[in-house]
Amino acid sequence: MTSTYSAFSILREGLRGGRGWRQAWRSPDPKPAYDVILIGAGGHGLATAYYLAKRHGLRNVAVLDKGWLGGGNTGRNTTVIRSNYFYPESVALYDLSVRLYEGLSKELNYNVMFSQRGMLVMAHSEHEMEMAARHTNAMRLNGADAELLEADGVRKRAPLLNFSPQARYPIHGAVWQGRAGTGRHDAVAWGYARAADRLGVDILQNCEVTDLIVEAGRVTGVETTRGRIRAGVVGAAAAGHSSVIAGMAGQRLPLHSYALQAFVSEPLKPVIDTVAFSPAYGTYFSQSDKGGLVIGGGLDRVPSYGQRGNLPMQEAVLSGLIEMAPMLGKVKLLRHWAGIVDVTPDSSPLIGPAGIEGLYINCGWGTGGFKAIPAGGYLFAHLLAEGRHHEISRPFDPDRFAAGRLIDEGAAWGIAH
Amino acid sequence: MQLFPCPFCGDRDEREFHFAAEAGKSRPDTTGAVSDAEWATYLYAQRNDKGPVREVWVHLTCAELFVLERDSVTMAVLRATPLRQDPA
Repeated sequence: MTSTYSAFSILREGLRGGRGWRQAWRSPDPKPAYDVILIGAGGHGLATAYYLAKRHGLRNVAVLDKGWLGGGNTGRNTTVIRSNYFYPESVALYDLSVRLYEGLSKELNYNVMFSQRGMLVMAHSEHEMEMAARHTNAMRLNGADAELLEADGVRKRAPLLNFSPQARYPIHGAVWQGRAGTGRHDAVAWGYARAADRLGVDILQNCEVTDLIVEAGRVTGVETTRGRIRAGVVGAAAAGHSSVIAGMAGQRLPLHSYALQAFVSEPLKPVIDTVAFSPAYGTYFSQSDKGGLVIGGGLDRVPSYGQRGNLPMQEAVLSGLIEMAPMLGKVKLLRHWAGIVDVTPDSSPLIGPAGIEGLYINCGWGTGGFKAIPAGGYLFAHLLAEGRHHEISRPFDPDRFAAGRLIDEGAAWGIAH
Repeated sequence: MQLFPCPFCGDRDEREFHFAAEAGKSRPDTTGAVSDAEWATYLYAQRNDKGPVREVWVHLTCAELFVLERDSVTMAVLRATPLRQDPA
């Protein structure tokens, strides 16, 4: 059986009809009890399981999902990976993620296609250029790469953009992060799943958590559609449904759930080889290896659990795209979708205890969970295994709200998530 | 495009409305001591229910706040009522 992926194994399996490939992961039956149960087999849940097994030696671990692994937001996002945040705490968190992504294909023996094609965050006036300089300086002081580009520098990297002085928002320059880029979202989920499975983690798909078992003020397991499963500790990485999980143990989280839409166009010849984001238009896009433009924007207008988009935001994002790059005006959309994301008041994630013993949460990533998968998993695994924070996740504990130590990236970067 | 009902103006385009807050939260009584945890709960903790919800919305064009009951999954509107009732 061939279990390692390499050019050599592809050649060998090609010559013998691909009969030697083994399944990437098992589909085991639930055991009656695990040391750790993770709710949600998206990127964060699977990465947490992997790092629990790999770094902390905890292998009696299960990852539960109500559907199939990577079938939620992990498999439905715009795949941007970046660490262009403002506050030191945020850059430490997101840059850890970028660094882990840089080594991830090798570590997992699975090509996650992390393409560091760089990202432009546009500035559209003299005042925005001053803010862009501030962001650039903040990122560099915090140890992430950043460069302030004038309009000419932007034109060199993305000539299809609208450089007309008559544009609704003329381009004055941009903050450039060269290490940012895009990845293959499914591969991230599959790679972590395969690597975690090999270390003994049980991935239980189609196993919906219907209730949490609370005994003597402590969460001691879960009720599922495949029966009752006991756990030493339960970690929830359930994105937009985190409030629903926490509610099963009577806890309320500082979260609102929103639909976030994304769009993919028909395949085109290469037109852009970077990620272009304009906060003023509220639109960003890149081009996938298949040629489709991958287009995203902000949250839908009002809280929702309906996994479909609504028209006003669709119109705002797509009209923004056409203003940003008028030559794309006649491009047809191939598909679009919406996932449910959980948004905190300060647009920073929640990593920490959920307010009741035995239950921990990794959520609140808002519109940017994909980029944070390796760091979220790494830090959440540390918390679950050691019972205390890694220094990078400490500022993101939910206790920051009572302490008043918010990390308000929404205000600092002007972003919606 | 969805229509939402304003109790004062009738059915209007969804873009004229905005979510304001979850209904039923009470501000802590500030005549006594209020702990940090109580303030944080009041300010930040949300029910964020999946399914039927009761919320305060604002009709931006007439600037009136009202209670909107809706289903947060299907987006179906169940009921819209003014925040304050006129004395009988």
